[in-house]
Formats: sequence, structure tokens, C-alpha cells
Amino acid sequence: MIAYIIRRVLYAIPILVGVNVITFLLFFVVNTPDDMARMFLGQKHVTQEQVEDWKTERGYHYPLFYNMQEEGADTIRKTIFYNKSLRLFIFDFGRSDSGRDIGFDITQRMWPSLAIAVPQLLIGLLVAITFALLIAFFRATYIDYWAVVICVALMSISSLFYIIGGQYVMGKILRVVPISGFETGLFGIKFLILPVLIGIVGGIGSSTRWYRTIFLEEMNRDYVRTARAKGIAEQVVLFRHVLRNALIPILTGVVVILPLLFMGSLITESFFGIPGLGSYTIDAINRQDFAIVRSMVFLGAFLYIVGLLLTDISYTVVDPRVRLR
Amino acid sequence: MFPGKPVFLLTDILVFGLVLCIVMFFLYAMRKPHLRQPWQQVVRSRAGVISMIVLSVYVGIALLDSVHFHPVLENQSAASGHVQHSGEVISLFDRMVSGLRESGEKTYSAPFAAYLYAKETVQQDDGTKQRVYPRLAWGASHLEHPETQKTGDVLRLGLKGALKAVVLWGALVLLLGWVLSLRAGRAFRVTLGILFSGRSRIPWRTVVVTLGIVLLVLMTGAEWATKYHVLGTDKVGEDVLYQALKSIRTGVVIGTLTTLLMLPFAVLFGIMAGYFRGWVDDVIQYLYTTLNSIPGVLLIAAAVLMLNVYMSKHAEQFASLTQRADLRLLFLCLILGLTSWTGLCRLLRAETLKLREVDFIQAATAFGVGRVQTIFRHILPNVMHIVLITLVLDFSGLVLAEAVLSYINIGVDPTMNSWGNMINSARLEMAREPVVWWSLAASLFFMFTLVLFANLFADVVRDALDPRLSR
Repeated sequence: MIAYIIRRVLYAIPILVGVNVITFLLFFVVNTPDDMARMFLGQKHVTQEQVEDWKTERGYHYPLFYNMQEEGADTIRKTIFYNKSLRLFIFDFGRSDSGRDIGFDITQRMWPSLAIAVPQLLIGLLVAITFALLIAFFRATYIDYWAVVICVALMSISSLFYIIGGQYVMGKILRVVPISGFETGLFGIKFLILPVLIGIVGGIGSSTRWYRTIFLEEMNRDYVRTARAKGIAEQVVLFRHVLRNALIPILTGVVVILPLLFMGSLITESFFGIPGLGSYTIDAINRQDFAIVRSMVFLGAFLYIVGLLLTDISYTVVDPRVRLR
Repeated sequence: MFPGKPVFLLTDILVFGLVLCIVMFFLYAMRKPHLRQPWQQVVRSRAGVISMIVLSVYVGIALLDSVHFHPVLENQSAASGHVQHSGEVISLFDRMVSGLRESGEKTYSAPFAAYLYAKETVQQDDGTKQRVYPRLAWGASHLEHPETQKTGDVLRLGLKGALKAVVLWGALVLLLGWVLSLRAGRAFRVTLGILFSGRSRIPWRTVVVTLGIVLLVLMTGAEWATKYHVLGTDKVGEDVLYQALKSIRTGVVIGTLTTLLMLPFAVLFGIMAGYFRGWVDDVIQYLYTTLNSIPGVLLIAAAVLMLNVYMSKHAEQFASLTQRADLRLLFLCLILGLTSWTGLCRLLRAETLKLREVDFIQAATAFGVGRVQTIFRHILPNVMHIVLITLVLDFSGLVLAEAVLSYINIGVDPTMNSWGNMINSARLEMAREPVVWWSLAASLFFMFTLVLFANLFADVVRDALDPRLSR
């Protein structure tokens, strides 16, 4: 087990390097720092001098991979690749193009993101499993049929509609909750209700349908038939046998996204004005702040790989049949 | 005769190429019983035929909207000999709905409105100035007194459209009945009885009813659209119905071309990884794990940002705005494909790993069939169902993704009609008083219909094609 984890961690390194190289190529080779400077400063009326200043201020004035003007270790160290890409491995995100400390911003902004994402995930999971179990109980009836149709209809609605509609009905007509905003502390909860609720409603269709298939698959297993043959009541079969075994694929599916909760949701956060990492990324995209986008790409990739590792480990925890070698 | 000088945009060529491929596949599949069987199952399910009819309306509009040309300039002297073409690029669909396209107002107006949404200062006949809601330049302009006449006129037009729809529907049903009775060698009346009884293998009654509803909606809508802004106008006075209809092409192109563009890579890499194993497998697995670990939205954002920089630097390379928007659309398809091919690749790899141990492939290897031939003759046909299922399953997700991406400004070109752009420009309208809901409602409704029926269709196709389910 330990050996397996160590091996997996070692596997993660070349993948992170790959991510790094891809983002580096995308951000520095396809378009040179000169292009970025001109984009940032505006296309016209920009002198070469201003461009050079902009680059020097942000450390983009070095050569890409190899600095021939320097001696020894500096030939590697004084390059864009070393400064902007390799530093990410020790989570040194550097400064954004507008001069802010990205690492500090991330530690500040991940809490609002979590405040939305964690309740959304937990309540959503609970609701979806409940519905799916109910539908599975009424399998092959009209209730089942129409429930699936409703699920398909729910998942065909754009997430934008849920947000806009939810804000309009709850915030503007009923005036139950504020439309957007954020506050720390206990009073901040009123700002969280709407985004969490909308996130749950938006995701309920696809997850309920997905869990229903898992439950139905589990219900066709031999042990379920045995349990029924012994005369155990259908409810007991459902809760004690089917639910427990079906939780294995459901939980492991959840584990993979756990680390990514830190990143927040781009759309929800920008609509509700929540100062999380999602809106941070959106702002960066809109302001064309490449340094932040680059850092978020790396962070996202890192968290995804952590998620994969956690999934494998969680398999052995919840399912004793799985052994990792 | 073609009404102008044709323009071949890249996406147009690809879309029609795709249509050609699908038609050829169906002609081929019709002759092979084992390929025909699952599609018969699709046609025999009610959800299958309903969604096919609705989707074909969408696809039809998208295809009409994919034939682009420079229109011939009007009022030029016939004596000069050569015909002059306008600089703008329009499509066959634009030409068909030219009434809508050229019916601009000043600003917002509600659906079926005769007056503008905002007050304006107008000089009265007696010289005084007054703040009033002015009449629309085009919408309901044929009415003298809209307050009293409008309801009647709307009803009359609707009835006229419905009447047309019923006549057309009747003709189509009779035609269908005639063709079916010819094929089955039955009397015409017997066939019509079967058509409406709901007892046939192909659910003809569902087909006929769906066709009726679709025709009714289309014809009444078209009739109203000749005199009114059926879905109102937007901020700059453009007809919302026209925008929503134009957006169909964008949605359909993104939904289909993305999968088409990523297909060669996914199929090739997936099968190679599963068949050759060893270091090939390692490299390919590394490749897709790496790409997969970058959050999709961020990769798209990064790529589109870079495209923006590139486009503003090389502005001279693009002949027209339409071409530029088109290239951006294609690029978006490419980059969406890059983030989504990994799922299919993984599925194909797993399936190939299983297949290569199956008896008939072992036998082929024992007989000395080469590797390339084994892959193309034995493995590829046996994983085709996965490819087809992915193609239809991904469609709806991609249409929804386009809206979200356009909303955060990393989607299609802002000048292009798309549901995402419509929502993006309408996002502040809900805060106005009175609420401007029509733009939002129109885009969401059109998108919802497409995605819903694409989802239903995908479910039917998956049930029919997946061998694990067809028992």
C-alpha cells in the first residue's frame, strides 16, 4: 500500500511536468511576451521602450529556456521557464501581471469557494441518493419512467437558466435572500443559501439519473436475489444491501472531485459576486492576466492528480476486495 | 440559380462533409442486417422518432444557414455586363427570412408589440413636444389603431398559419400513406387505419402527431413573423427570433464538429494503446492523463486568450469579419475536442484490450493477418458502436458548454449569433423595470428544446447500440 502510494506520487511528477510544458508552450511560445505586452498596453501608440519596461517589471525580459549572457547556474536560473514555470512546483506562484501576490490571494480566496462548494456537494449528494433510491424502489413503473424523463429535462436546462431564474424568483420577486454578495461570519449564511440551492437543483437531474443506474445495476446482482429469496423485506434489501454496495462507486466518484472543490465554480461565483477562486479566475480571464490563469491551470492539474490518488486509496478503504500493489 | 457568389467557410465544408459521411454510412448500413438492426430499434421507439423529427428541423435550419454567399447587389445597371456582389456574406437561410433580418427597430420592444419599450420625445402635429412610446418602424406597422386591432389581427394571422399547417400536414400524411401502402402492397384505407391506430411496429401515429405539432408551430410562427416581432427585439432593435434561429447553426456546429475533429485522434490512439500495449500504451496514457488533468475550462480559456492575442496581431490575415468569426468557431471546436477526446480514448483502449484476447482476433493473428489489417478489419468495426454512442451523447453537453463559455467571453466570436452571446448580452435585462425577459427566454427555450431532444435521442441510440443492454 505504502509502496503503491509512493509509486503513484512519483508518477504524478512527469504528469505535472507535462502540464507545465503545455501551459508554457501555450503562454510563451505561441505568443511571445512582446505580444502580451502589446495586448496589455494596447495595440497602438506603444513604443518599444514601454514594452521593454513592462516586460522587465514582470520578469518577462529573460530568454525562454537558456540565458547565454550569464555564467554557471544563472544560464538556467535567469530564464522565463525557470522563473515562471519551474517555480510553480514549490507553489511559488509569483506575482500577477497587475502586481499582486498570487499565492496570498489563493489562500484568501479559497475559503469562500469552499463555503459554497462543500455544502453544495454534501446536500446535493444526499438529495440525489434519496431520489435515486426512491426511483429504484419504484423501478419499471410509471413513476420510474416519468422520474427519468424529468431528470433528462432537468439536465437539458442550461445552468445559466437556473442561476438567472433563481436570482430573479428568489431575490427579486420573493425577496427571500439577497441576490448576490458575500460576508464572513454567521450573517454570511444568507448569501450562501441561494448559490448552494441553485447548485443543487442544477446538478440534481444528471446525478439522480446516474445513481439510479448504479442502484439498478446493483439490484440485479446475485446476492440481492439471495436476500430476497430468504424473505427479507424489500426496504431492508434496499437500505442494507443495495445502498451499501452502491455507495462504493458513488463515493469513489465523489472523491475524485473533492480536491477540485478548492477551485470553486466559475459561473456561480461570478454571478453571485462571491470572492472565491472561481471569480478570481474569471476576473483574470477577463483582464487577460496570464500569470493568474497559468497559476490556476497548474493548481487545478495538481488537485486533479491528488484526486485520482485519493480515489485509488478510497477504493481499498471502502471495498476490501480491492488490493493495491 | 444561385443568388450570388458562393463563399465556402471552413465550418461549412466540414458540416457538409459530415452530412455526406452520415448519409454514406446509412446507405452502407442499410445493406448489412447486423448494422441495420439497432437503427430499426431506434426508429421503432417513440422517443426515437419524436426526437428525430424535432432534431431534423434544427439540423435543417443549420444546414440552410451553412450555405454562404455574397448576395448580388440590387439596383445596378443591367447594361454594364458584369454583376456586382455585395461585400457582406449571408446564408441561404438569411435570404429566406430576409424580412426578419432587415426589420430593425431602435431598441427593445416586447413580443408582438406595436410600440417601443422606451419613451421618446416626439413632435406632435400641433408643434408641441411630448414623451410617448413611439410606434415601431416594422412590427405591427400595417395596423391603423393597434390598441383595438392587434388582438384580432394576431388571431387572424395565427389561424391563417394554422390552416396552412393543417393543409400541409394533410398532404404529407396522404403522401406517407400512399408510399407505405405501395411498399406493403396494402389498400390505401387499410394503411391509413394502421397509421392512426398506433398498432404498427414503427410508431406511425406518434410520427404523424409530432409532425402535426411541429408544422403547426413552424407555420403559425412564420405567419406571425411576417408582420410582428414574435419574440420582440433586443437592445439594438434586432429581431430576437432571428437571432435565436441563427444561433441554431452555432450550436449544431459546435455539437457535431467538436466530436468529429477529435474522433481521428481518439480512435487511433485508443486502439493503438489497447492493441500494442507496452510503451505505446504508456505514452498514450501519459498523454491523456496530462491533458485530462488540466481543468477543461482553464485550458479553453488559456487557448482562447492566446487566440485573441494572435488574432489582434495578425488582423490582416482575415478577409472578413464572418471569416474571422468562423475561424474562431472552428478553433473553439478544436480546443473543446482537445479537452474531450480523452474520455473516448480511454473507453476505446479498454474495449480494445478486451477484444484483442477474443477468439476471432487470436485466430486472425494465428492465420498471419497483419497488425494494420487486424485493426481495420476486426477491431475498428467492433468498437464503432462506442464511437457512435459518444458522438450523440456528447452533443448536448457541448451545446450547453458553448453557452457557458460564451457567457464568460471565451466562447464564439462576440459578433456571431449564439445562445451564449444572447444570454451574455441579456444578463442585465432582468434588472430592468419592466423586465425585459424575451431575449433570455428565447435563447433558453431554443437551447432547451435542442438539448432535450438530443438527450432523448442519445438515450435511445445508446440503448440500441450498446450490446450489453440489448439482451
